[in-house]
Amino acid sequence: MSRATQGRMRFWLVTGLAMLAAAACVAAFWSGSTANAVVTGRTGEHLIYPAPLEMVFAPGGNRLFVLCNESDEVRVLDAQSWAEVKRIAVGHEPRGLSLSPDGKQLFVTNSWDDTLTVIDAGTLDVTATWHVGAEPSSVLEDRAGKHLFVANRISNDVAVLNAQTGEEEKRLSAGRGASYMTESPDGSRIYVTHVYPNASPHRTAPESEITVIDAERATVVDRIPLHSIAGVFHAALSADGRLGAVAELHPKNLVPLAHLEHGGAFEDTLTLFGADVGNRTVEVPLDELERYAARPFGVAISPDKSRMYVTSGGSELLTVIDVPRLLRYVRLHRAPFVQDLAASANYVVARIAVGRDPRGMVFTPDGSRLLVANRLSDSISVVDTRTNQVVSTVAIAGPRKVSVLHYGEQAFYTARYSFQGQIGCANCHIDSTFDGLEWDLEPDGFGRDIVDNRLIEDLKGTNPFKWNGGNPDLPTECGPRTEKYFWRSENYDDLTLTDLITYMRSLPSRPNRWKLPGYELTAAQARGKAIFERSVDKFHQPIPLQNRCSYCHSGPKGTDQKSFDVGTKKPTDDMSKFDTPQLRNVALTAPYLHDGSAATLEEIWTIYNPEDKHGRTNDLTKDELNDLIEYLRTR
Amino acid sequence: MMKYGWSKLAILVAAALAALSGAALAAVPAMPHYRFENFTTANGLPDNHVYAVLVDGDRIWAGTNNGLGLYENHHWKTFTTKDGLAHRAVLSLAVDKRTGDVWAGTMGGLSRISGGRIDTFTQLNSGLSNDVVYGVSIEGENVWVATAAGGSRLNLRTGQWDLYNERDTPMVEIWVYGVSATPTKVYYAVWGSGVLEYDQKTKLWDRYEDPDGETELVLFKDQGLIHEITSSVSYVDNVLWVSTYFGDSRYDGRYWHNFLTKDSGLPSNFTNVVKGVDANHAWFCTDKGLAYYDGKNWAVYRPSLTTGKPEMMVRDAQGHVTEVPVTTAPAHNYINNIDFQGGDIWVATSKGLSHGILQH
Repeated sequence: MSRATQGRMRFWLVTGLAMLAAAACVAAFWSGSTANAVVTGRTGEHLIYPAPLEMVFAPGGNRLFVLCNESDEVRVLDAQSWAEVKRIAVGHEPRGLSLSPDGKQLFVTNSWDDTLTVIDAGTLDVTATWHVGAEPSSVLEDRAGKHLFVANRISNDVAVLNAQTGEEEKRLSAGRGASYMTESPDGSRIYVTHVYPNASPHRTAPESEITVIDAERATVVDRIPLHSIAGVFHAALSADGRLGAVAELHPKNLVPLAHLEHGGAFEDTLTLFGADVGNRTVEVPLDELERYAARPFGVAISPDKSRMYVTSGGSELLTVIDVPRLLRYVRLHRAPFVQDLAASANYVVARIAVGRDPRGMVFTPDGSRLLVANRLSDSISVVDTRTNQVVSTVAIAGPRKVSVLHYGEQAFYTARYSFQGQIGCANCHIDSTFDGLEWDLEPDGFGRDIVDNRLIEDLKGTNPFKWNGGNPDLPTECGPRTEKYFWRSENYDDLTLTDLITYMRSLPSRPNRWKLPGYELTAAQARGKAIFERSVDKFHQPIPLQNRCSYCHSGPKGTDQKSFDVGTKKPTDDMSKFDTPQLRNVALTAPYLHDGSAATLEEIWTIYNPEDKHGRTNDLTKDELNDLIEYLRTR
Repeated sequence: MMKYGWSKLAILVAAALAALSGAALAAVPAMPHYRFENFTTANGLPDNHVYAVLVDGDRIWAGTNNGLGLYENHHWKTFTTKDGLAHRAVLSLAVDKRTGDVWAGTMGGLSRISGGRIDTFTQLNSGLSNDVVYGVSIEGENVWVATAAGGSRLNLRTGQWDLYNERDTPMVEIWVYGVSATPTKVYYAVWGSGVLEYDQKTKLWDRYEDPDGETELVLFKDQGLIHEITSSVSYVDNVLWVSTYFGDSRYDGRYWHNFLTKDSGLPSNFTNVVKGVDANHAWFCTDKGLAYYDGKNWAVYRPSLTTGKPEMMVRDAQGHVTEVPVTTAPAHNYINNIDFQGGDIWVATSKGLSHGILQH
């Protein structure tokens, strides 16, 4: 072969390879099947990412509907090529989606709009938008097509809507933070899980529940108690209906966070229920020593009940459980299992790395693949259910740059910065809110300096932080303090800490559901406002400045950013002055006071203000106290 | 003559007796007959002192002095303060027919029993006006409550509490014994202050008083409420039934009709509860037996006040009283409450709970 020929061949070979590569890149880009969007650098821009959260296949399996939490869309993908077919705009912060039993309609709950979007699953057009309850987080239609059930996170209930008109017929009392629903295989029961624990006596273990609804009668027929659990996410039932499982957090909030080797602050667990476990509840750990499954979220059971899959948002992995081995283990061993981190080795068969903050899952119709939505990677991991390998990663098209905010959000939701990857910020600040718990944080003795967890929205202008006001700013609060007390490591570099704080400062205050449209006040709220702002008591005596509500709780956020002794020091407290908390969305954040001792807003004054140090309130009638609380709910 | 005379007399007497007997038999109105099955602590009731009873489909709830009893599938289950009940003494009960939740007014607050979970609202942890809850009634999304310190209303959707007392209603006393709430009108029985009416549309209050004032003399019968000391209200088919400790009243929006022992079949003027079936039929729970009124005739069911034997007395519209032979009666003559299960009745007494099974 001549040199010239060789040169021509080399030229054509190189050219051909280049063209093939280019074609592959183009094809990959258009089909959305590359690992992720091309990153061209960190940016301070406020970019909107898709943030895939939940998925469902269309009947027949030819399309995949992907709920994108940040871009407020449903992305419709071709289920063969994963190419994007359509983007359907929905409401703000969509959180849940489901198909009607006949497959003709797709329902989406928009958590910040308090709306439900109805989409024609065939034409992919939005056909209706219905108003529902406060922070709707998931939706299911019953098999008869009579009712839609909507879990409302803030109003702690399940709304029952007429499935044809969207008219709300009633609300069923659920647990606190009602968020996710799963129906039994025969459709007769709906199981509701909750991200916050129910109210329980101060300094007792949290109590959560699975609310069980009779779908035909649309009434609550049972509540499966989940002892010591706070933060319950997805539930799954086996195809034969004999085994149920919920992904959950088991906090250790009653003891100081001093003991790390068995999970310092949380156990990451499942609770099993149903006939396969004797119609009782059995809590089983997902963690192993040094291999934590931080912040379990999604749970799915394979159609043949051989495997159970659990996503862990903090650990960014998918745990695969051998169901027969799991059932054998719980039958042959004596509960409780949760403290035994050697237990999971008996039934966990794989831990598969996926993307960042993995959330919802769905099986392909043939069950050969499991798709995992990686919310903060904007991708879907495709897992071979036979080999337990990620066989491909589907990118959900989004910005090609990664913003500081996006990095910050990733830092917030990951557990990689803590000792052994045990916890992340989102463990206690569920979905960037709070957890409804009081904690014994510092290793200063059992039961000392108990602190209530606070909301972290709209933080600008609310420093200092910590109940003792000890941290002057977020870099201190989130940096050294967090590393010292929570992470027990020094893993943040300056850039990561900056990202994290930028993200936290960006968290807005969620809409206040007690405010009327237009922000006018009801009669009761107006009377309460007058009490809040009064300077003279009912006996015409002037109220000292520091005893007026509006003095400490001043400004638009209801804090003067100072500490006061309001008479709430307990024998277990080392100090008597506490930081004035902001009042934004105060109605949502029970319990109250620095240590969470007041179960309700009322108890702040009916029980814990005997000397009028926490505002002059003992001259008020019960009516007037109710008015004051009605006003506070609007803050 | 004597012979003829005696014969004639005998015939006349026999004829008269026959006529009287026939007339009497013909005059006995067809009032419902029941076979009573009684429950006490001996067969599972939490306590014999039963303040309230509620029929919830096939389930029977009994508010007793020592816990809340649930009778289901022939077994009693008891809820106590250990289960989260506000107080052991359960005074009133209501079911939210939309959701199936049961509300229990107790001596220590208001409890909601929902799917087995009990949530409790007290004057310390909620906007409830007072912990002694004599009455509770559900209307739509509102829970209306009668307490020892006024009325309260909880909006289940917003969580807002509204209180009703002497400051914002024409309520003279604030000791509220009963409440009956409907989408159009809400009535409160206020002990010593008559009846308060709340118009849901206009949001205005009205008050019905005894035209005789607080006197126990009845100077103006049928011209208004029979007495200020009201113990319960029942609003059904646009007719208000009111019980007091001094007789009872019916009000159709225009005319009042009062019931006293002296001119009705009421066994006693001391009435704990009246519950209307419809505009013309009502049950009266008195200290001397259970009375049923069908618009014209009365029937009283009780253990005899003298012998303790089962007794059923029927009084027709003309005032003829006939004793009807029966073999069973409510557990005691002191009747506190009643509820209906199809044709059957469930009766709360001070000495047990009775199931009246309709015979004919």
